[in-house]
Amino acid sequence: MSFFGQVIQWFQNPAHWQGDAGIPHRTFEHLLMSGASVLTAALIALPVGIAVGHYGRGGILAINVSNVGRAIPSFAVLVLAAKLFGFVSGPRVLGFGAVPAFVALVALAIPPMVTNSYIGMREVDADVREAARGMGMREGAVLLRVELPIALPFIMAGIRTSAVNVVATATLAAVVAWGGLGRFIVDGFGLQDYPMLFAGAVMVAVLSLIVEFSLAGVQRLSTPAGLRPSKTNQKEEPVGTARDIAVVAA
Amino acid sequence: MLATGVVGAVEDPWIRWSWISGHADVIIAALLQHIQLTLIAVVVGLLIAVPLGLLAWRSRVFRGPIFSVTGILYTIPSLALFSLLLPFTGLTIWTAEIGLVGYTLLILIRNIVVGLNAVPDEVREAARGMGFRPLAELARVDLPLAFPGILAGIRIATVTTIGLVTVTALIGEGGLGSLIYDGLLRDFKTPLVVGTVLCVALAVLSDLGLALLQRVVTPWARSRAVP
Repeated sequence: MSFFGQVIQWFQNPAHWQGDAGIPHRTFEHLLMSGASVLTAALIALPVGIAVGHYGRGGILAINVSNVGRAIPSFAVLVLAAKLFGFVSGPRVLGFGAVPAFVALVALAIPPMVTNSYIGMREVDADVREAARGMGMREGAVLLRVELPIALPFIMAGIRTSAVNVVATATLAAVVAWGGLGRFIVDGFGLQDYPMLFAGAVMVAVLSLIVEFSLAGVQRLSTPAGLRPSKTNQKEEPVGTARDIAVVAA
Repeated sequence: MLATGVVGAVEDPWIRWSWISGHADVIIAALLQHIQLTLIAVVVGLLIAVPLGLLAWRSRVFRGPIFSVTGILYTIPSLALFSLLLPFTGLTIWTAEIGLVGYTLLILIRNIVVGLNAVPDEVREAARGMGFRPLAELARVDLPLAFPGILAGIRIATVTTIGLVTVTALIGEGGLGSLIYDGLLRDFKTPLVVGTVLCVALAVLSDLGLALLQRVVTPWARSRAVP
């Protein structure tokens, strides 16, 4: 039988769809871990990025946290977390080895969100801010009704970058003994079961693309109507703008 | 893991200097392999990205597909991409390099297109007015002016690749990643610390080196800040 036939047969085997090591449960684990990590990181990173952007201080730090984050390999962060927190037992629902994976994923998700929310806040034209104040808006209203709506697409870009990164790195977490869809890859490799390895890789790739495309859609929807590029007003983006940083921070 | 430790064993410190001095050859070999894997990926990536970037810049028809395909490649997690290749290319350097090159493409092509788009139309018209033929204009006007942007892309691609190379330890390559992996498999943290520190240092130094190169070769861009 051809290799692809074996892969299809692997998917058709009902045993691979049942129990704690089955495809549905592994997918659930993967999504729950990724969602929890992104949410936790957002609760930490967004207030910091938004505050730094609003007050305009510490910008160099907010930009460089991403550059530093890019220089530190996520694989190393995972292994370090496994050595530091490997003995801490986590909630049963996330399974064995969940705590180090969670800590590493949160740490990796923070930098792009800080940088992008900061850049989003700095994108707000000083004149627009002045106009809002001139209209008698209080500080809180300027932030909530003027700055945040303009910054929202950038904030969403940061969340999207982090989320795609987290889904990818959660796959690697199988190497440090956690579950998720990466288990099929790591176990397939260990058992020399290439159809299983390939099937796992296909599922991880599809999941990542679904996350990427749906969050790209959310990002587009989050752009206020007045700021969407029209056909007559297409600005070329200069090198190294927020979007570059957003897309590229892997 | 800890529960199964040998009774009476000395606790493993984060760094054991004697191991480092005794394994200098292993560490240097890992570092060199890391540099080699990164260099191959970025250079081959660039060789593919320049023609594709020019095509995407000049032709609207090709731009969409080029960005879609490289974007999809970029989104696939590294361990998954290596695993998709593994049944066909096996535990060879090809599996690692095809994957690593794939990740550089989106970064490089984006920056080539953005860099070329940033060349002012007036400059291009002036070149044509001076009698430059299309190829000469490309080689002597467009590409040099787009160079800061292209180099910015090379910087990001290099730093990203240095991080991704560590993952190839799982498929039998790895460079410094093999030290990190070694630290995971054994109850011994020194190789993990050494691998991580050298990897970060390599990324930072490459970034600084390329930034310096960017300043030296594009003196006209110094007044403008290119991140």
